Amino acid sequence: MPEITMGQAINEALRFSLAEDDRVLILGEDVGKLGGVFRITDKLQAEFGDDRVFDTPLAEAGIMGVSIGLALAGWKPVPEMQFDAFSYPALDQVICHVGKYRFRSANTASMPIVMRIPCGGGIGAAEHHSESPESYYAHTSGLKVVIPSTPLDAFNLMVRAIRDPDPVIFFEPKGRYWSKESGELDPNGLPIGASRVVREGTHGTLVTWGGMLPRCLAAAEAAAEDGVELEVLDLRCLVPLDVDGLVASAKKTGRVVVVHEAPMTGGFGGEIVARVVEEAFDHLEAPVLRVTGYDLPYPPATVEEHYLPSVERILLAVQKTLNH
Amino acid sequence: MTGNDKAPETVRILGPDGTVEDPAAREALDLKEEDLRALYRFMALARQVDLECTALQRQGELAVYPPLIGQEAAQVGSAYALAEEDFVFPSYREAAVALVRGIDLVEYMHFHRGTRHGGITDPIGKRFAEISVPVSSQTLHAVGWSMGARKDNLNACSIVYFGDGATSQGDFHEACNFAGVFGAPVIFFCQNNGWAISVPTEKQTAGAISEKAVGYGFPGVRVDGNDVLATYMVTREAAQRARTEHVPTLIEAVTYRMGPHSTADDRSRYQPTEQIESWQAQDPLVRYRAFLEAEDAIDATFLDQVEKDAKELAATIRAGIAGAPPRDVREMFDWVWAEVPPVLQRQRDEVTELLRGHEGPDA
Repeated sequence: MPEITMGQAINEALRFSLAEDDRVLILGEDVGKLGGVFRITDKLQAEFGDDRVFDTPLAEAGIMGVSIGLALAGWKPVPEMQFDAFSYPALDQVICHVGKYRFRSANTASMPIVMRIPCGGGIGAAEHHSESPESYYAHTSGLKVVIPSTPLDAFNLMVRAIRDPDPVIFFEPKGRYWSKESGELDPNGLPIGASRVVREGTHGTLVTWGGMLPRCLAAAEAAAEDGVELEVLDLRCLVPLDVDGLVASAKKTGRVVVVHEAPMTGGFGGEIVARVVEEAFDHLEAPVLRVTGYDLPYPPATVEEHYLPSVERILLAVQKTLNH
Repeated sequence: MTGNDKAPETVRILGPDGTVEDPAAREALDLKEEDLRALYRFMALARQVDLECTALQRQGELAVYPPLIGQEAAQVGSAYALAEEDFVFPSYREAAVALVRGIDLVEYMHFHRGTRHGGITDPIGKRFAEISVPVSSQTLHAVGWSMGARKDNLNACSIVYFGDGATSQGDFHEACNFAGVFGAPVIFFCQNNGWAISVPTEKQTAGAISEKAVGYGFPGVRVDGNDVLATYMVTREAAQRARTEHVPTLIEAVTYRMGPHSTADDRSRYQPTEQIESWQAQDPLVRYRAFLEAEDAIDATFLDQVEKDAKELAATIRAGIAGAPPRDVREMFDWVWAEVPPVLQRQRDEVTELLRGHEGPDA
């Protein structure tokens, strides 16, 4: 089985979708000849032509705004935001129109748009290039918000997102672009809205998504050496949220720690804690804890490792729940 | 000195009193007598609808209504110049455009009643986008649609309506830039009505709106927005240019908001009386009617019929608004995604339970 990186897997998913559906379009800054700053759209313009894969002026609100019009003209745009923090100028279009068009048209017009956003830190990038804005999007009704953590699931999720009749915010944890996995590229994996138990356990559950999965798995490995079996749940989709899968794991282990890169206050981890408390309270052995980025702007690259949840911080939180 | 002191030439066919100022342009118009009458009929109907909706708001039947009074010529002339396959992207003050495009005005006004958002069912089929409130945001949608239409080799263009205030928004400039770069068959139709709520145009921009097109690489035209023949003509030309040459056009229709920004506004706090009076003397309906009478294109029978039709339409809207049965509140859950996800279904079920409780144990 050949190995593939997440970046290559997403590239293959875009290629697959462009070939599968001739209404699919790719647009954004530098997505054409260059293939994107991360090469996620590499060679797609050469293969499918500049009518379907094209560079736009450097204006994110413009990119999302024309994507809405393209969708109304029967196209399926897959716009790329070059980096997480550069998606903010497009928020007005996303919140006011993309997420609301079906609602505003009394269920007669949909927005089959997949907005791709490389996200997260850990790659030593400059300011504004390492943020985790998933909560802004998850808080906006009408959007689906997905974030793969492995190459094969990235392929599966991307093909599914493009087939979806509703708008999908597709976060690509850029720290995982170069991670490798072996296996067949298959668009018939888990659907949007399902979570995935990556590692089974009985003493506690680590709930995470995107770029923090490897650290959670490393923490689970370390805990296992001390005889603590941690379950690791990869949410994959924040909206729609797999509440049943989350609650089932919480009830099974009785201890939950949520791990994400975004700052704690207002972060999606709060939503996870609330769901678990609401629906699994009687099964809990300890308070549900969060290990997250701190409540500050994403820090400079030289200190980012002190900001991001570390294996040590995850294990300390697990220990707290065990000691409770 | 502001840019407005060096204002560009304004295209005009009819003078304020209805006399033909540009006979060559008048002769060149591809309008038959029935078209000339139709333009008047639409303007008169729009005026009546507007007065009726303002009254409906005062009577508590509409939540809020943004009157278009004074802008009938700009809206009717431009909308009448479009072909069936062209796509309209309105802001929130385009009831006259909706009327010309055959949109069901009862459904449209339910937006202003607060029955539902958007106002348009099947916008793609009707070639009329949802009412857009975030100022200028719809300019980009029109550009995107026309880019898509061009990819499909459709012989069609889009037109987007917005006001002078919208030209201050970044979306407007991004839309113009995208349109120029991609050769999008789009018409930017700015109704410069002098006011963005209480802020006058000269405080929105120091330059001329129509001249902003130059920087984006396509033509800009300033037209007398109270001259229905002129707004028709320039829009007709822009549509032709868009469809055949893939060249966008920015049209600045200079008109005047003869009413408040909305029924919630108090314009006496900022609109000078003498300004209102000077524009009342340029009423687009009075002007055009004088022209039609001079041309012998209308008679008393026609005018009676128009008045009857206008009252009938107003009555239809009143009946459709005031007499509308309540909708199922659970629609709001069903219109978010193609399928209701489990988290939302639980919330929907809660509403169902609460409704059942309100209906009593036998329901």
